[in-house]
Amino acid sequence: MINKDYDLIIEPGGGVRRYWRDLWKYRELFLFLAWRDILVRYKQTAIGIAWSVLRPFLTMIVFTIVFGTLAKLPSNGVPYPIMVYAAMLPWQFFANSLSESSNSLIDNSNLLTKVYFPRLIVPAGSVIVALVDFFISLVILFGIMAWYRYLPDVRMLLLPLFLALAFLASFGAGLWLSALNVKYRDFRYVVPFLVQFGLYISPVGFSSAIVPEKWRMLYFLNPMVGVIDGFRWAILGDAFPVYWPGLALSALLTMVMFVGGLLYFRNMERSFADVV
Amino acid sequence: MSTIISVENLGKKYTLHHQQRESYTALRDVISNGVAAFGRKLLHPFSTSRPQVPEQEDFWALKDVSFEVKQGDRIGIIGRNGAGKSTLLKILSRITEPTTGRVKIKGRVASLLEVGTGFHAELTGRENIFLNGAILGMGRAEIKKKFDEIVDFAEIEKFLDTPVKRYSSGMYVRLAFAVAAHLEPEILVVDEVLAVGDAQFQKKCLGKMEDVSAKEGRTVLFVSHNMGAVKSLCNRGVILNNGAVRLDSDIDSVINLYVNSENSFDSAGNDNINCFENVGIIASGKNSFITNNDNASLAVRINVKQNRNLNCGITIYNSVGIPLLSSCMLDTYDVINIGISEYLLELPIQILHSGNYRVEGAIWDDFQVYDQRECLCTFDVLRDDSKLEINGVGYKGYLKLPFKWSNQ
Repeated sequence: MINKDYDLIIEPGGGVRRYWRDLWKYRELFLFLAWRDILVRYKQTAIGIAWSVLRPFLTMIVFTIVFGTLAKLPSNGVPYPIMVYAAMLPWQFFANSLSESSNSLIDNSNLLTKVYFPRLIVPAGSVIVALVDFFISLVILFGIMAWYRYLPDVRMLLLPLFLALAFLASFGAGLWLSALNVKYRDFRYVVPFLVQFGLYISPVGFSSAIVPEKWRMLYFLNPMVGVIDGFRWAILGDAFPVYWPGLALSALLTMVMFVGGLLYFRNMERSFADVV
Repeated sequence: MSTIISVENLGKKYTLHHQQRESYTALRDVISNGVAAFGRKLLHPFSTSRPQVPEQEDFWALKDVSFEVKQGDRIGIIGRNGAGKSTLLKILSRITEPTTGRVKIKGRVASLLEVGTGFHAELTGRENIFLNGAILGMGRAEIKKKFDEIVDFAEIEKFLDTPVKRYSSGMYVRLAFAVAAHLEPEILVVDEVLAVGDAQFQKKCLGKMEDVSAKEGRTVLFVSHNMGAVKSLCNRGVILNNGAVRLDSDIDSVINLYVNSENSFDSAGNDNINCFENVGIIASGKNSFITNNDNASLAVRINVKQNRNLNCGITIYNSVGIPLLSSCMLDTYDVINIGISEYLLELPIQILHSGNYRVEGAIWDDFQVYDQRECLCTFDVLRDDSKLEINGVGYKGYLKLPFKWSNQ
């Protein structure tokens, strides 16, 4: 090529080859943005980071009372709060990622129109912030388990695998929603509804085992069902056996959503600065 | 010297939507338009074309722009609002992609399109230095190394751990510029960022930028409306006009052409009933600027074909966009003559500080506005009798008191 002397060639549609290299080059900015979001999030709040503990904790108490005590749903011999909280962990991670990342591009519109960086790091940063909350909540789970003197077994080591699945699902959905939100601002109303709705159609307050057999496969079309069941199985063991074909379906859908989101985001990305 | 930036036939097309005000779409509109189209088809199944005005129109913000930049060049890019300067900078800093053509760049580019991009009000000065540095492309190690220098330059040691929302606007700008001034790219792209901040700090920044480019051989692309700043900083200039390069030459000829062309706008093709024909400055001095020893008048030539209580007015703005002085013709006359006539208005140079001024004007009557121009002409005032300006400090007030001090 004649242009070997040049470090950078800007031309229509020319960003593709450089993109993934740039993504690596801008990793520090990615960390800084995530760090900023974490710092800013709880500044000027009285109890600060405790909010990320309080929300899942209170939801757990309500679900335990409503589904466990009042509706008397089965918990397969596991303390109901632990069963709820084990599902609450991935769900909160997913819900937080979704609400944060869907608005992330618009919230950072002043950056998008003033500096270049691979835009992918903006929604990715939001997911990382949600991940930090996840780890704080995880510590609380260990606290609750210690309180009930409930000992996990060796399956616990598989938890990172399911966390990775949750990450892909969150990031994939976040990519779709953040890009769509730039183009169609309606999505800022869709997302809170999605999150609220999802909490009830995902097996957070109850076990997926209460879903009738014939609907089982259909139920797993919701990728979070697979993730939540995986979490329960890893944390609570054989009391919550995994329906493997369903989990495989969920995992497959998650992958499709993630790859599709990535492609859609990359496709929309070049027009962000002109539209936002 | 070797070529460091090569811009070839660059073009950028925007699609203007006539129906929507916002650049983004609402899903609602997409759906309702779709339903409406379907409905039309049901009602008129045999009509193929839609009997409607086009909803969108192409607009070329840049067209066929080519120029080269050699290493160490300091290029001033000037042009009126909407000439394509910002679009060019956005393409060079990779914020938006060109539609046609290409740019080849050798070396690291840092662009400064805004002072304090990404500053977060809730974060402290210290945190913002790191954040802003990272946004501008510095690594963490690099920021750490320059941290003390940045704090020194900004003069904010005492407030390092205060959230920037409590900063005065001056401190905020100083901090923001300090971070940017310590970037060490091979190529620095700067938009009109010096319009903010007090005169003393502007001077310091210009000085810093000059250091940067002259001593270290750094290449600078600088967009500004402030001809004084362009003249003192740049050695070459490019005039953009309607998205195309009008002149690419040494800075003096570029500024001369720009100042002269600004002083007479092109009214060809204007088919308004009543319109401005020509507006210019008539000054007694020989320079392209007006000094405090000159008499200067604004010459306004208007073409009136229809008069229903017609009025014509002008407003003079300073370089940061503050309206200073206004006048209209009906203050003086009872009625404006039909036909082409020229009116003179004496300019009160004795109350203007040194700087660049812009004259805005309009012709209107009780029923409509016939002609409205953001920039009828511009003029520069350069005083030699203002002590503070000579010392590079500047005055606080927008206007200068024309009276002398006296001793009782």
